[in-house]
Amino acid sequence: MSHDLYVFITIVGLTVVTVLTRSFFLIPEREVALPEWVKRGLRYAPLAALAAVVVPEVVMTQGQFIATWQDARLYAVAAGSAYFFWRGSILGTIVSGMAVLIPLKLVMGW
Amino acid sequence: MQAMHSLRDTVRHPQFRAGARDMASLTLGLAAWGLVTGVAMSKGGLSIPLALLMTFTVFAGSVQLAVIPLMTVGAPMWVIWATAICINLRFVIFSAQWRPYFMHYPLRQRMLLTYISGDLTYVLFMKRFSEPREGEGQVEYFAGATAASWSAWQLSSVLGILLADVIPTHWGLGFAGVLALLGLTYSLVSDRATALAAAVAGAAAVAAFSLPLRLHIVVAIAAAVCVGLMVDGSSGDAGRRARGAAGGGKASPRKVRSEKCAG
Repeated sequence: MSHDLYVFITIVGLTVVTVLTRSFFLIPEREVALPEWVKRGLRYAPLAALAAVVVPEVVMTQGQFIATWQDARLYAVAAGSAYFFWRGSILGTIVSGMAVLIPLKLVMGW
Repeated sequence: MQAMHSLRDTVRHPQFRAGARDMASLTLGLAAWGLVTGVAMSKGGLSIPLALLMTFTVFAGSVQLAVIPLMTVGAPMWVIWATAICINLRFVIFSAQWRPYFMHYPLRQRMLLTYISGDLTYVLFMKRFSEPREGEGQVEYFAGATAASWSAWQLSSVLGILLADVIPTHWGLGFAGVLALLGLTYSLVSDRATALAAAVAGAAAVAAFSLPLRLHIVVAIAAAVCVGLMVDGSSGDAGRRARGAAGGGKASPRKVRSEKCAG
């Protein structure tokens, strides 16, 4: 099998995975009986998924907890967080964080 | 009312604009992330047509970033698909929550709606509409948010694919996506229970990071859901009895502040 064909079939399979995982509990027509506590607990799922993605991206490098303060990400997150609690704007969080991150990376090499 | 509104009515609905506007504050981060994903596909050895096919069909950034290195080395397809399923497990959890909102649509429309919805649409939507209700323009809001996120993602991905050789990735552009998610996380923290759930999820994700296939995210969700239920004082028999005695029905976790830790 050529590499392109291999990639093509893999991509088709991945598309099926996207469709099926995203619609999983919407496929059965009949009522899916979820216990009440599961429904309440699921309200925490979006927040938890976000935190689970964000925190390792900030405090880990190559799967290891970072051991230095000379890491541009820490200061970018501090700046972004400060902006968010000051103004409550997500766009401002991104801009202020990047304004700290890029100079630290390019100038200081952090 | 059962059928989906015509496209024109949807786009003109005020909620469509509201959804697009809410998503717009996140598109800078989303676009930076799409750019990085596009570059990764090109640099990972995918030809331009195949990279374009991947972005327009798979449409799942974290899956794409994770499987590109596997495809580059020619890993077995089943390994790649299994990896993608694990990374997408969170969407299975999300789909349980979409159910009450979308069940009145026919199967094919339900699958289409969830297919085009990513993490951000889900989070924004659930933040705005705590219960399914007709006449609030919920599906219009969904469509607006999705239209904005889809365009920002695809435009930036295509740019990344085409300009892979000239885009400087050492600037840390991808971190803009993390900052967008950070702001979104803060905006969901509304009380002690949610703050604690977020802290637990973050700590659990770091602790479980060495698990394969990004399963640490599923572990973190499970941990945070358990802690959230404990803190909102209504898990377990004690909590249920307490709520029953108070004549409480289905209080939302946001309103029930930690009256008692049932654990």
